[in-house]
Amino acid sequence: MAQFTQVTSRVIPLPNRNVDTDQIIPARFLKVTDKSGLGEALFSDWRYNADGSEKSDFVLNHKHHQGAQILLAGDNFGCGSSREHAPWALTSWGFRSVISTSFADIFHNNALKNGLLPVIVNKEIHQSLFDLVEEIPTVALTIDLASQSITLPDGDALKFPIDKFSKNCLLSGIDQLGYIMSHDAKISTYETS
Amino acid sequence: MSLQPRTLFQKIWDKHLVVQEPHSPAILYVDLHLIHEVTSPQAFTGLRNRNLQVRRPDRTLATMDHSIPTTPLSLPMADTQAAAQLEQLAKNCAEFDIELFDMDSPWRGIVHVIGPELGRTQPGMTIVCGDSHTSTHGALGALAFGIGTSEVEHVLASQCLLQEKPKTFEVRVDGTLREGISAKDVILALIAKIGTAGGTGHVFEYTGTAIRTLSIEERMTVCNMSIEGGARAGMVGPDDSTFEYLANREYAPKGLEWEYALEAWRKLPTDSGAVYDRSITLNANDLEPMITFGTNPGMGIPITKCVPDPSQVGNADTRQSLENALTYMGLQPGQKLLGQPIDVVFIGSCTNGRISDLRLAADILRGHKVAENVRMLVVPGSQKVKQQAESEGLDRIFSTAGAEWREAGCSMCIAMNSDKVDPGQYAVSTSNRNFEGRQGKGGRTFLASPLTAAAAAVRGEISDVRTML
Ligand code: SF4
Repeated sequence: MAQFTQVTSRVIPLPNRNVDTDQIIPARFLKVTDKSGLGEALFSDWRYNADGSEKSDFVLNHKHHQGAQILLAGDNFGCGSSREHAPWALTSWGFRSVISTSFADIFHNNALKNGLLPVIVNKEIHQSLFDLVEEIPTVALTIDLASQSITLPDGDALKFPIDKFSKNCLLSGIDQLGYIMSHDAKISTYETS
Repeated sequence: MSLQPRTLFQKIWDKHLVVQEPHSPAILYVDLHLIHEVTSPQAFTGLRNRNLQVRRPDRTLATMDHSIPTTPLSLPMADTQAAAQLEQLAKNCAEFDIELFDMDSPWRGIVHVIGPELGRTQPGMTIVCGDSHTSTHGALGALAFGIGTSEVEHVLASQCLLQEKPKTFEVRVDGTLREGISAKDVILALIAKIGTAGGTGHVFEYTGTAIRTLSIEERMTVCNMSIEGGARAGMVGPDDSTFEYLANREYAPKGLEWEYALEAWRKLPTDSGAVYDRSITLNANDLEPMITFGTNPGMGIPITKCVPDPSQVGNADTRQSLENALTYMGLQPGQKLLGQPIDVVFIGSCTNGRISDLRLAADILRGHKVAENVRMLVVPGSQKVKQQAESEGLDRIFSTAGAEWREAGCSMCIAMNSDKVDPGQYAVSTSNRNFEGRQGKGGRTFLASPLTAAAAAVRGEISDVRTML
């Protein structure tokens, strides 16, 4: 499984609430049998005009956002369809972390399995991050998993929660299937009982 | 022996818990794993890369539903990418010895329609599928989660799912549904009330007199959209209607096994005195036909009401999302939806593509024509539903009215095949998602019940079906 320790990057603000996975990657791109190249289709309907050219006013297309690895998203990010193509598309574009006040359950699970760190912050911090990015569009944040903190340019560190299991898996790149399989004997016992 | 009263959820959870280590999610045993072409290929690749086998092919069942065409089966598939994905599923199932209902199977259909219909879905089971609407199966008293593709791989390899224990949320619906109001209106009203994140981290259990009087198919409609309210699953305690529904289905237990199963199933319902983490009550007597006006399923209103005005909304974020939604939908703040002209009507999907849904729609269409300029698509949820409808003559009612009668599949619910709403068009749809572009890029969706959708088809505009009963 993909590892996550730390990322320092500029931030792309996408304040829309309830961004659903159909927006993250529309269904017509789900006819693939592998995971590669989905970054092209990320936010496709918001990102491209009908003729395939880029919409200049969409945040992902701004010049100073190229190469950014942190998405600052609105409440309830990733609702709707269970498609894991959503985190695949986000990581394939280059994102390593998404910050929001809340994530839909299945998206949250899927993100963790792909080294895409969902960072949950409270409303005040959420708003202050949007304010910061508006004020200084090129501001860089550091997200550190071991210390569970977001460090601002002035050195202030904001804490965020994550469950121990996911944290350990991400830090050491441990595979969750490996964890299940390590209990194989118990699964067999369960099956025969 | 603990005699602590337990909820239906808790009983199923306890029974399937294989391992629970401190600070780790539970390892939960999965009784039935349903797979389809879209979310499984990468999971099989993962298995191969690790040199793993499918642990329990006998507990795995595959169907083709999402990207298949709904045009006559004799036609070759025009979409080569979708064809390759279907081919891959067939290959994976053959290699790992998994039962597959392929294009030619009379049992093929939308994964959440065929599970219950064939009696594979049973009370007390844990069921997973790489599809968020797996919550549908909870209508029979099962605990059913939608999962991602990595988890599909986990379950294929280990027959287990890692899961943080969800909280419980009782959704009580008291009273009686009035004429013209259906299960779809109940669930749309709930989601309008709690929002699309209202149930995050929870499993809904639907209780109350109104739920008890719903048929099993109607309960499926309610449970189906639990995910639209953010919940991980939705369920209804099994009762005599459940057992009656299951008796004699293809995969249901038979003879003495049926008797044993019944005895176990009767112990499943929530004990009196059991406590839920949260509760909400709706009164069925107050419900009207519901319709969505916006771009998520929480943006719903009673059909006689007006579209909300963003300027009346205090919270800036809510105002902004409302404004965005109205812009996308091309609707005015404060306008009435009744009388809004529409272009497309879609009857189908895992929410409302079962025989009882088709009967409701056919009752409205009987003796009428689909309005000029309206395209109406009726897509049965499974080939069995299709056969049943044809044996009742429903297909002729639809065709005579001018609707298109199709082969089973997900169709215009997800628009992965050629069944699409065109840019700018308005559709009244019995499916479950009105997200931007969900039914086709630029398409605009009003979610509603089969009754409301059929009424719109006849009138060519959003209409109150109660004026047609
Ligand atoms: S009918 Fe729609 S919601 Fe249901 S499984 Fe198919 S695509 Fe998903």
